Amino acid sequence: MRSISKKVFSVLAAAVLGASLMTSCSSGDTAEEEDTEETEYQTLTVEDEEYYTRFKGKDVSINVYNWGEYICTGEDEGTLDVITEFENLTGISVNYTTFATNEELYAKLKGGGVTYDVIIPSDYMISKMIKENMIQKLDYNNIPNFKYIMEDFRNQAYDPTNEYSVPYTWGTVGIIYDETVVDIPEKDIDWDILWNEDYADQILMFDNPRDAFAIAEIVCGLSLNTEDPQELKMAADKLKEQKKIVQGYVMDEIFDKMGAGEALIAPYYAGDAMTIMESNDSLNFVVPDSGTNLFIDAMCIPNSSQNKEAAEMFINFMCEPDIAYANIDYICYSTPHSAAFKMLDPEIQNDPAYYPSDEVKANMTVFVNLSDEANMTMQTLWTEMKSAEEDGVNKWLVPIFLIICLLIIIFVLVRRYIKSKKDIF
Amino acid sequence: MKKLKVFSAPYLVWMIVFILVPLLMVAYFAFTTDSGKFTIRNISNVGQYANIFVRSIWLALVATAVCLLLAYPVAYLLSRMEKHKQGTMLLIVMLPMWMNFLLRTYAWMTLLGNNGVINHILGIFGLGPYKLINTSGAVVLGMVYNYLPFMILPLYSVMEKIDKSVIEAASDLGCNSASVMWRVIVPLSLPGITSGITMVFVPAISTFIISRMLGGGSNLLIGDLIEMQFLGNSYNPQLGAAISLVLMVIILVIMTVMNQFSPDDQVLI
Repeated sequence: MRSISKKVFSVLAAAVLGASLMTSCSSGDTAEEEDTEETEYQTLTVEDEEYYTRFKGKDVSINVYNWGEYICTGEDEGTLDVITEFENLTGISVNYTTFATNEELYAKLKGGGVTYDVIIPSDYMISKMIKENMIQKLDYNNIPNFKYIMEDFRNQAYDPTNEYSVPYTWGTVGIIYDETVVDIPEKDIDWDILWNEDYADQILMFDNPRDAFAIAEIVCGLSLNTEDPQELKMAADKLKEQKKIVQGYVMDEIFDKMGAGEALIAPYYAGDAMTIMESNDSLNFVVPDSGTNLFIDAMCIPNSSQNKEAAEMFINFMCEPDIAYANIDYICYSTPHSAAFKMLDPEIQNDPAYYPSDEVKANMTVFVNLSDEANMTMQTLWTEMKSAEEDGVNKWLVPIFLIICLLIIIFVLVRRYIKSKKDIF
Repeated sequence: MKKLKVFSAPYLVWMIVFILVPLLMVAYFAFTTDSGKFTIRNISNVGQYANIFVRSIWLALVATAVCLLLAYPVAYLLSRMEKHKQGTMLLIVMLPMWMNFLLRTYAWMTLLGNNGVINHILGIFGLGPYKLINTSGAVVLGMVYNYLPFMILPLYSVMEKIDKSVIEAASDLGCNSASVMWRVIVPLSLPGITSGITMVFVPAISTFIISRMLGGGSNLLIGDLIEMQFLGNSYNPQLGAAISLVLMVIILVIMTVMNQFSPDDQVLI
């Protein structure tokens, strides 16, 4: 769902619009500044080099399955190519592949026939995989760098004892809006702006039920992890009410639609919002105080792993301060890594969109997996909401269709009858 | 002849492994629960999406009809042109198909947008802006645009074979141009019409990316519904298979009706 292949979309955008989106996000970096700051090369130093060389020359390889555009590739000058650095240091070769949604990852693993050693699903998917026994417990003796993970991000509800996952990145959902048109002060912007009829047909909404329901649930004052059918129905009604002023239900398209000023208001993930804002100066991003979803993507090892120890080494490597910094600097999300956080630009460290204050954070909820029934209810309500027609259209569609079918059948029968008459003569 | 049969073996294997077996798997999934027990609940659950089915069929029918109306004159004119011009014109018809399907649909998003090219040009003359994108009309437009060549090509290839002297003979025998069209050209091009309709209608009814990109996500089609069962937040391949199965049956019924117009009995007259 999140962290879509930004690159693909910017290539498309470039082709169609002739506009180029920047994918780098270190705020305020212009081309000129980069020239003068040539010395700012990222370097790699690891604490315990001996730990990493155990598998050297043993021809070990691991399969890593990650989100698209979710690791530092060294493409930007001066940054680290994380995978190559890992291969050089350890002698383990890495097969690196990417997915676009948690559901895609789940379907792949569930379908069998593939082995992955490291995967990076999001919170609710991790709890689903733990429940279905798809991922295995980690040996934290092999992951000493876990010590860097901030206390706040350990033992989350999706993995209460933190035995299965090592947090990689996190982020929040907020509202991205055009501040030149929306004349509400930033601090007053709340989720109900998405129901404000003054902006009818200028509002975009998530095209996936979990995120869309979460927003409706905040507005209705419900829990983001509710499984009560009544409460889900309430949220669905809220979304139905919103439908008439929603311009469209979108995911990745938001990059272009907001960037080109097609719409004024849209909810989206913080890291991606920053990317969108680079292409359109009049946009602003705000995380409402009334609460939101805090998502965490964490590294896990599936049961199918062939080289658990090498996989744990990879996870540990990803938690090396230099590597964690290089990654977070590249993908623009927020980091749960204390040492990498300290290396960040102070401007980003103090940006409430990236690192909200503890009071705001207290209002945020991390998704856990819902029961199959609740998921099914949500999916059904969502489909119902999306396929509901505006009044008047639905009434006529079915009869017209039936009449046309009937006419065709009558026509065919009449034609056959005439023909059979003709044949007699 | 017998020797030639050997050469069809690779395709037979292909057909069994990649067409027949998957079809059986779809049927198997549609009639079982996740623990593998027989059930008809999946099929009966499809009933609640009746309005999505009706909308998909309706939009696909409209798109097919528009394609036919647009393509028929084009194909006729094309087939009556001089030979060397035909090649060039055909190339122009095919040209958009060289571009990626997704990119073509994506381009329509920029054209139809509220601040898009069309509304911008209309704005110069003080018109609009009109709501063009995120409507069912936009979805039909996307279907027509993407599948039009599939209508033109079969029509053209049939019409090209109509002998000029047949038309001349009809005129000699006293047909005016309208009845030449209706009594000679249309009956002779019927096979092209039926295969053109099949080639447009079937992909149009099961498309999903067009409705997502141009319909704004609120014009759900069957294709979207099936996709949601596999990659949505409730992983439900059983329901997805059931929907696919019902869709196949509907297409089969519609194709059977279409075949009533098949030219086999034309020959008898």
